Amino acid sequence: MSEPTIPILEMRNVSKTFDFSGQRIQALSGASLTVRKGEFICLIGASGCGKSTLLRIAAGFEQPTSGEALMWGKPIDGPDPSRGMVFQDYGLFPWLTVRGNIGFGLAARGRPKAEIQDTVSRYVDMVGLGKFADAWPHQLSGGMKQRVAIARVLANDAEVVLMDEPFGALDAMTRDRLQDELLELWASTGLTVLFVTHSIEEAVFLSDRVVAMSPGPGRIDSELQLDLPRPRDVASPTFNAIRGDLNQRLHSHHARRAA
Amino acid sequence: MSIVMQGAPPAMRSHDRVSTARLRALGGRAGQVALALAFPAAILTGWHFATAGEAYSLVPPPAEVARAFWDLAFGGINDDAFSQTLLTHVLASVGRVLGGFGLAVLAALPLGLLIGRVPFVRQMLDPTLQLLRPIPVTAWLPLAMILFGIGPRSAFFLVFLGAFYPILVNTVFGVRAVETRLFEAASMLGCKGPAQFARVVLPASLPAIFTGLRLGLGFAWVVIVIGEMTGVQTGLGAIIMEARQLSRTEIVIAGMVAIGALGFISDRLVMLLGRRLLSWSPNHV
Repeated sequence: MSEPTIPILEMRNVSKTFDFSGQRIQALSGASLTVRKGEFICLIGASGCGKSTLLRIAAGFEQPTSGEALMWGKPIDGPDPSRGMVFQDYGLFPWLTVRGNIGFGLAARGRPKAEIQDTVSRYVDMVGLGKFADAWPHQLSGGMKQRVAIARVLANDAEVVLMDEPFGALDAMTRDRLQDELLELWASTGLTVLFVTHSIEEAVFLSDRVVAMSPGPGRIDSELQLDLPRPRDVASPTFNAIRGDLNQRLHSHHARRAA
Repeated sequence: MSIVMQGAPPAMRSHDRVSTARLRALGGRAGQVALALAFPAAILTGWHFATAGEAYSLVPPPAEVARAFWDLAFGGINDDAFSQTLLTHVLASVGRVLGGFGLAVLAALPLGLLIGRVPFVRQMLDPTLQLLRPIPVTAWLPLAMILFGIGPRSAFFLVFLGAFYPILVNTVFGVRAVETRLFEAASMLGCKGPAQFARVVLPASLPAIFTGLRLGLGFAWVVIVIGEMTGVQTGLGAIIMEARQLSRTEIVIAGMVAIGALGFISDRLVMLLGRRLLSWSPNHV
């Protein structure tokens, strides 16, 4: 498989060591990952496998201890609107309404008022929050908050959306709906998504490619290309076969480590 | 309107649509007011019966204090040096409180934001400010008199000092309590560096800042009276000291009532402003 263009994101042999009061902890060891424009990739693995660290390096919140993190071939040297992050705990600004949160990035970057209003209205509608446009975050449900968080990175022209277990704090029904909505957004906008999860089902349901990671120290173990047509049926035999395969991959690490 | 609603307890708010329930709520409101007035009424009654008609009472009866207050405000009863002077003294005190408090806000707010957010500034200034903080404002009075002379400027300085620390300490606390997540969110949305002060640090720490403003203003009223007690001609602190020297206890108490009322009103004003600016905050009603 040759690559005609530069990948949108590339991790080259990335390692990350944290210092916790004198104790050095290796969170990530020699991780390499190539993300092409328009891909939907899930990072999956047990806690401590470094999936969130990898995502935070891609966002620019952390710098790799060694190795390179690149976007369009250029080193990532800090957070940037082109890589929007969606946090599990939302990270909405409580003093701004839904509108204010979605328009935050545009306002901070000094865009004209009329343009901000237009863009904000468009994204408020896109995530179906028209009735709640002037509500404060504390008045919203978890699902609505996460819709706002997604809308605000999209409104801010993100090319890559980095999602750190975004639906992990939501109830099952809300999670299913948001997964569907996210796939719709992704299909209609040509976004690139890097999505961290610890749910195998979520990974198989959403992604083009699943990247399985394992802990101690965190590293990338294997990748699995999924060519299932969408929408995917979680009850189908193929889906279950893939789920079983992934389950085995993730658990064999434990077995190997225990041995 | 919305301000009033936010002041009502949640239970009352939810009943608001039903008119009978609203009536009941209004009755509850009136009951609350009646209950709140019962205690001071009892004190006034007790005070009245303990002092009225006594020839050598140290404390004048409430009616006499009320008369003194009226004369202080509008004149026409005693027509002495105190008559009709209330407005002058109130304006003098309010002017010093607002001036000193305003100056304290201008100094403490930016300083607090910087100390809270910039480690370099914190390491440079915080130890000194913490060492100076335990010195009571009253202990600054003699030095203030030496530096600024006996007169209103010392009072002004004391008010500034009294309001400065509550505002500073609460601002620093507010800034340090801002979740890291919000800074991450801002920076990935394109708001980085100093721009975060206006867009993240200030709004996020506003609830704590308002607590500081209320405490600071309360302190300003405490301190103004002390500041006006020595060598100042005008102001509510000056008038009650002068009345004491002339054994006009009814004017001393009338002046105290005026100070209490002004402190109460200014606190309410800050609270109303806070409610307006903090309507987003679920735990700031």
